Amino acid sequence: MKVIVCIKQVPDTTNVKIDPETNTLIREGVESIINPFDTYAIEEGLRIKERLDGVEVIALTMGPPQAEEALREAISLGVDRAVLLSDRKFAGSDTWATSYALSKAIEKIGDYGLIICGKQAIDGDTAQVGPGISSWLDLPQAAYVRHIEKLSRDKATVERMTEEGYDVIEIPFPAVFTVVKEINEPRFPSLKGKMRAKRAEIEVWSAADVGLDESCVGLNNSPTRVVKIFTPPVREKGMILEGDISENVDKLTDLIRDVLIG
Amino acid sequence: MLDYLLTEEQQMLKELAHKIAEEKIRPVAKEYDESGEFPWDIMKILAQSDLFGVYIDEKYGGFGGGVFELSLVAEELSRACGGIAVSYAASALGTYPIILFGNDEQKDKYLPDIASGKKIAAFAITEPNAGSDASAMESKAQKDGDSYILNGRKQWITNGGEAETYVVIAMTNKAKGARGATAFILEKGMEGFDFGKKEDKLGIRASATRELIFNNCRVPKENVLGKEGLGFVVAMKTFDCSRPGVAAQALGIAQGALELATEYAHQRHQFNKPITSFQGIQFMLADMAMQIEAARALVYATCRMVDSGNMSVAKESAITKVFASDVAMKVTTDCLQIFGGYGYMKEYPIEKYMRDAKITQIYEGTNQILRGVIASHLIKEQTKKK
Repeated sequence: MKVIVCIKQVPDTTNVKIDPETNTLIREGVESIINPFDTYAIEEGLRIKERLDGVEVIALTMGPPQAEEALREAISLGVDRAVLLSDRKFAGSDTWATSYALSKAIEKIGDYGLIICGKQAIDGDTAQVGPGISSWLDLPQAAYVRHIEKLSRDKATVERMTEEGYDVIEIPFPAVFTVVKEINEPRFPSLKGKMRAKRAEIEVWSAADVGLDESCVGLNNSPTRVVKIFTPPVREKGMILEGDISENVDKLTDLIRDVLIG
Repeated sequence: MLDYLLTEEQQMLKELAHKIAEEKIRPVAKEYDESGEFPWDIMKILAQSDLFGVYIDEKYGGFGGGVFELSLVAEELSRACGGIAVSYAASALGTYPIILFGNDEQKDKYLPDIASGKKIAAFAITEPNAGSDASAMESKAQKDGDSYILNGRKQWITNGGEAETYVVIAMTNKAKGARGATAFILEKGMEGFDFGKKEDKLGIRASATRELIFNNCRVPKENVLGKEGLGFVVAMKTFDCSRPGVAAQALGIAQGALELATEYAHQRHQFNKPITSFQGIQFMLADMAMQIEAARALVYATCRMVDSGNMSVAKESAITKVFASDVAMKVTTDCLQIFGGYGYMKEYPIEKYMRDAKITQIYEGTNQILRGVIASHLIKEQTKKK
């Protein structure tokens, strides 16, 4: 069974500067890292390999040639194989186009039992690529997985985080998971892994290699546009009324009146 | 820092040790210092990262490096915590006798598990009445058929109780004096091999320092390292390899302290200025940086000499250990001084560095004994000239 972990190389900070002209990130002088949420995806892939026999963990990323670095890091952690999907035609792809391209690469890899993604990337914060892949491949998905309880070669029981708590769901393979940081604690690379990563050959695939429809990728073929990027205001803490119920009802109606009437 | 022209592999393991030190050790250093608990969770990370095998031959699952690789790791770990670092390094102290004097069967049996970090090792020579004067040791090993019967106790053994593999020096023939000692490999769990009290220490508190007790402990003769009577040779040659490691630990402690003091001095304002603007502070920082870099150059050069296979390194190892540990004591004391009153408080991390530094002047040969070793070499060299 193949477990494919989709990762993304991102700038090493949540507070990079944004070019006000182009609305894109200023990447100069910022170190690149594996998207932190994806490190949990890699770790979970490796743990599945430890839990089940005959699992091959493959790291997949779409990005410029330098994204190879992120794949080498994944290999140093214990990933068996790495594929870089890289082509100028992909430049500027939105989440729809990106998930399409990744799904084509996943099809080319073939024989997949599970696809794991981080819940979102820290640069775009969309959380759409994982679910997007599941749509393109028509696979069941579990987003925000915080624990894989039961696991076999054909299905898993997982805890999926929600705002209020969590759901326990059973999901047949092949499937797509996106994982949250609560799921595990990523390991450190080993020296042997680092040596292996240094020597490893990274497969580089172009748009033509995965046989995708070129009218579905790249900036001009992406259905969404980034119009503006800004830091959202911090959501203010809510208020919880405690104590006597009838007093609280009065308080609450006053508060609502204030909001409505001002 | 000077460019020491490290190989790509050395750079790689240094960076890995640095990352582990910063992300995993620094956040828990205070906690372990307070509790005195053995840092098994950190040992596990070091094992998973293959760092326990950096100085062990690839044939046994190691990385194929030597004392230099070991020292690079010890230095990086010590920047964050001298106590956790020595737990790591003391395993090497217990392993070097096997590397240097073990036969193929002994190496095959013990090195793979140590290289993988599955088991840690310890070395035991010190006794209540035998410190600097190791020849005064009272532990005895009496030959009995195909084995030896060990009786006695060892004191202040780093990794005692936590290690699985022990190299123990005991007297097999007291009448022969220094030629009457023998080195044995012992395993935790052997009948008649117990542990005594765990010490409460000034510094390196995360490390375990414990008594080993032998009560008619039967050790098969296959576990003799080298041969009977070689015990002190085993110990001395082991120390030649391990003293640069102690120096590296001292160096790391000093480096870590200087980084903290520089950071503090930069943000601490008095008289409306950062205290780094005062020449008194600047000169202290500069002196410390000079001392540390000199120590580093010495440590690295000695490590390279040891790894080259040169067998006459006793004087150089002693020089390195004494110099680096004296630097560590001086630097950590001055760093605390820069922190002023805050430095004296446990709330700030610097006092721990001063406590951790002290032991490096004491163990693996006190700096006074080692000055004697250095001087005796000078005298010997002078005598040869005539």
